[in-house]
Amino acid sequence: MLAAQILINALVLGCLYACIAIGFSLVWGVLNVINLMHGSFIVLGAYLAWGLYRSLHIAPWYALLLAAPLFFAIGYLIQRVILNRVITAPVLVTLTLTFGLDLILNNAMIYYLKADYQKLSLVPPMGSVSLFGVVVPVDRLVATVAALGLTFVLYLILRRLRVGRAIVAVRLDRDAAVLMGVDVNVTYAVAFGLGAALAGCAGVLMALIFPISPLTSTAYLGKAFVVCVLGGLGSVSGALAGGILLALIEGVGSAMIGPAHATTLSFALLIVFLIVRPQGLLGRKGFE
Amino acid sequence: MTRSNLILLVLVAVIAALPIFGESYALRLGTTACMYGILALSWNVVGGFAGYPSFATAAFFGFGAYASGILMAQGLPLPLAVAASAAASFVLAGVLGAALLRLRGHYFAIASLSLVEVFRELVNNATDLTGGGMGLNIPLSAGTDVMADARFFFYAMWALLALTALMVIIVAGSKLGFGLACIRQNETAANMVGLNTTLYKSIAFGLSACFVSAAGGVYAAWVHYIDPSDVFDILYSVKPIVMALIGGLGSPLGVLFGALAYLGLEEVVWRNYIQIHSGVLGVLIVVLLLFLPHGLMSFRSRLFARRPKYV
Repeated sequence: MLAAQILINALVLGCLYACIAIGFSLVWGVLNVINLMHGSFIVLGAYLAWGLYRSLHIAPWYALLLAAPLFFAIGYLIQRVILNRVITAPVLVTLTLTFGLDLILNNAMIYYLKADYQKLSLVPPMGSVSLFGVVVPVDRLVATVAALGLTFVLYLILRRLRVGRAIVAVRLDRDAAVLMGVDVNVTYAVAFGLGAALAGCAGVLMALIFPISPLTSTAYLGKAFVVCVLGGLGSVSGALAGGILLALIEGVGSAMIGPAHATTLSFALLIVFLIVRPQGLLGRKGFE
Repeated sequence: MTRSNLILLVLVAVIAALPIFGESYALRLGTTACMYGILALSWNVVGGFAGYPSFATAAFFGFGAYASGILMAQGLPLPLAVAASAAASFVLAGVLGAALLRLRGHYFAIASLSLVEVFRELVNNATDLTGGGMGLNIPLSAGTDVMADARFFFYAMWALLALTALMVIIVAGSKLGFGLACIRQNETAANMVGLNTTLYKSIAFGLSACFVSAAGGVYAAWVHYIDPSDVFDILYSVKPIVMALIGGLGSPLGVLFGALAYLGLEEVVWRNYIQIHSGVLGVLIVVLLLFLPHGLMSFRSRLFARRPKYV
């Protein structure tokens, strides 16, 4: 029974991890930029949901509709105005640049929203369902379904929309894409915008479950890292596999050697994976 | 020895004269300046010479602080404790480097970044040895005079800085430095012509870690109390990079200048805008990378006509 509970928990949490990581993975895979702002975008999305619920009593699932375009616009602008200038520079430059931007964003959040932990508590609370002795809180279930929905939307965008095909094309072969009439700078900006939008939406879902504080942004970023490396870059299914694997490892690890070591375990695994199989579980060149 | 290396040594020597101004504030600032100098110069061996974007500085800074702190709590004197932890971290980094430095680009950056997290969690959880989140108290050295104490730690840190500068100059002029430059230019080609790139990178990583962790050890003794979130702060990994970027990547003199310039900026910001200091640091990084990609060294070529340089 305990095993079943751990498995269900891992599945639920894994989908959320995938949702956290997928935008990050998209940006990394397509632009070859590690966006260190990703964690702060997630927290900002959570604050958006919290603020809307507290002041206007708008439920988080409606907040998604606002978060997606808002964060897309933010990401698009950041890419167009700042990141496109250094996109061809060495890794150190892009990495340090996004770190600098994250310092600004995170400091602004601490300054204006304070570092205290906030919690979005729905009234009335959603309770939990139990089936054959396995208990799952309903808010987690809702967030999981929404997370799966978001990943599916991204999959559809990449698969069906012209701009999505352009993203895949640029990732596969930048020069050939240019020859086919793809505007690379716009495509980069759209990809970064999509990444930011997914981060914002993931944040809205996180607000349903976890306490919110600017201080948690690095934890989200760390999860995104691990999931990407485990699952492989830029693939939707890879992010899902990586997320569930990470959640499983954390769950089993916590049960066996104690919750204090769960982070060490996941990071140690990250390093092992980086060395043994840097392309990840499902990593491949294009993504579909 | 090139002219810029001579200037580097002169600059280090000039820093030693700081206690003439005597004030405790000047001493504190000087000690921090030496520490930043050590971190930036050490980072430059891996990040500047070999071109590997390492974010592991904080990991070895914390390792050194804790290793020396624990040894000192056992009653070992400061120099022995620092030397022992530096040696240990040379070996540790050499071994870890042999594995991690097979990764390139972003993958190496992440691996080195996660090293910080792993070390922090390990220290956090080894409560018996390190005190966990409660932190570790390091016994005061014998001296009771505050000023004498401050002067002692300043010179300890300065001596380390001088050693680091010497190490960097020796590396730059040696076969190792040449090999690292080859690795930065084109690693595959360097490997093909018979350079043992793994060995070279591991030695560079080990050297860099060993001086960083010595700085951590002196820092721990200096502040008498350390906790994981303090010494494993990711900013210790990022600041040396920013300093190197301010000064200009790869040139040791530029990097030390960068460290001093950074400290100056930090002091001004800390003193006036304590609540938004990390935001200001962020703005500095962004402006630097967008408008001054070669750091302060970009001005040098405008001020002095550059002579062609042969390696």
